[in-house]
Amino acid sequence: MTRLLGTPDTLNPLPPVGADFIDAIERSRLMGRGGAAFPVAAKWRAVAQRSRGNAVIVVNGAEAEPQSKKDRVLMSERPNLVLDGAFIAARVLRARNVILYIGERHDVARNAMLRALSVRSEPERRMVTVSAAPARYVAGAEAAAIHFLNEGIATPTNVPPYPFERGVGGAPTLVQNVETLAHVALLARTGETPRTVLVTLAGGIKKPGVLEVDAQTTIGEAVLRTGGATEAPRAILIGGYFGHWVEPEQAWDLALEAESMRRHGLGLGCGVVGLLPVSRCPVCETAAIMRYLAGESSAQCGPCFFGLRALADACTRIAQRGSNPEDLTRMQRWAVEVRTRGACRHPDGAAMFLSSSLQVFAQEFASHRAHNLGRTA
Amino acid sequence: MSKQFELTVDRIKCDGRGLCAELLPELIRLDDWGYPILAAGVVPEHLIPLAQRAVEDCPVLAIALRRTHIKK
Ligand SMILES: Cc1cc2nc3c(=O)[nH]c(=O)nc-3n(C[C@H](O)[C@H](O)[C@H](O)COP(=O)(O)O)c2cc1C
Ligand code: SF4
Ligand code: SF4
Repeated sequence: MTRLLGTPDTLNPLPPVGADFIDAIERSRLMGRGGAAFPVAAKWRAVAQRSRGNAVIVVNGAEAEPQSKKDRVLMSERPNLVLDGAFIAARVLRARNVILYIGERHDVARNAMLRALSVRSEPERRMVTVSAAPARYVAGAEAAAIHFLNEGIATPTNVPPYPFERGVGGAPTLVQNVETLAHVALLARTGETPRTVLVTLAGGIKKPGVLEVDAQTTIGEAVLRTGGATEAPRAILIGGYFGHWVEPEQAWDLALEAESMRRHGLGLGCGVVGLLPVSRCPVCETAAIMRYLAGESSAQCGPCFFGLRALADACTRIAQRGSNPEDLTRMQRWAVEVRTRGACRHPDGAAMFLSSSLQVFAQEFASHRAHNLGRTA
Repeated sequence: MSKQFELTVDRIKCDGRGLCAELLPELIRLDDWGYPILAAGVVPEHLIPLAQRAVEDCPVLAIALRRTHIKK
């Protein structure tokens, strides 16, 4: 079976693709792997409708999620596959420009991409520009990427206009995660997408790192494939810092696949599976992550800037000085109120994360005694 | 299809002085930092003039009254 990783990254001529390739994407039900699991075909159609040979493809390799490594591993191991996906998108959507938007600290990945690019054809090379995504959490959001490429400021802007309406240089723009583009490339080559996902196993795991698993693989199986947990987990964070905590018994049998996650009210997000060992304090861990997320607000929208800071402060008070019912009640309310009240989904992601903490660690939050703060996220 | 309106706030522009909540408390309340929380859904017809006032009086023109097309 074709897979993303563990296969030689050979350079082959691009397979022929036409406008009907979008139908093939639609049939494959491919969904974006950057976190939002948005249907790829719908996004391509929106750009295709508006492109007059001027569309722009932004290859999103920002990977700012602190625990995620899968995009970097993919760009390092299969740069040609990612480039194939980008050039296929450029052909189908009649684009004039492909922009590699790669995290400024991801040197190995960027070098591998540049090396692969250097032996591509002259017309392909001429299409490509390379841009270093600032190492900030929101810089990977698509509106922030476009803002950065247009004006050098990596903060989100209001939508609409959506990138497919007015993106880089005002042109219809496709922003697509690198893993998504690799799937597109294999679909064009083989007629099917590998039913696999890249996940990053992190936290209390013996061999943390990136794994390519079949979509039906359960979290328990993935953990075992990486040598198992270092100790019994207290909970598992699925989907990174915008994700949800899940009790280990429930998480163990969950399939690593967007649709089945959704049926459980969860999301695979950017594919991070983080194990919190029982010896770590969930309240301190939650407070550290909330402080990080509050600090990563781009400080443009009041409810996000003040709301996340207040949530992080309340959480930190409980971590440092012990539980108190007022902060708990306020956190519950704020976590609902800040949602949908930012220009981007940063407050939504942070609030959902916090709500899942308050739910799964309800007992720890209610009975927490003053601690020294654990190490930061 | 009937003509209907809903309120939206430009979250980047809004600087949270809360004037809108004074003008239209039926649909806008403020959070603990003075930023508006809008009631979801369509603006009832009898409140449309007041909503229009809130749009016009917002000091940074952050509020808009947008047409929605909700099938009845
Ligand atoms: C705060 C924030 C940060 C994001 N960071 C990334 C990122 O680092 N890499 C990424 O591919 N997508 C990121 N996204 C998602 C992008 O906005 C966008 O949905 C994605 O790149 C589209 O590609 P996909 O449909 O292939 O997933 C982020 C979204 C938000 C709201
Ligand atoms: S919601 Fe937060 S992160 Fe997003 S644009 Fe507004 S202030 Fe920035
Ligand atoms: S009046 Fe305008 S600036 Fe003031 S809170 Fe309302 S929307 Fe924001």
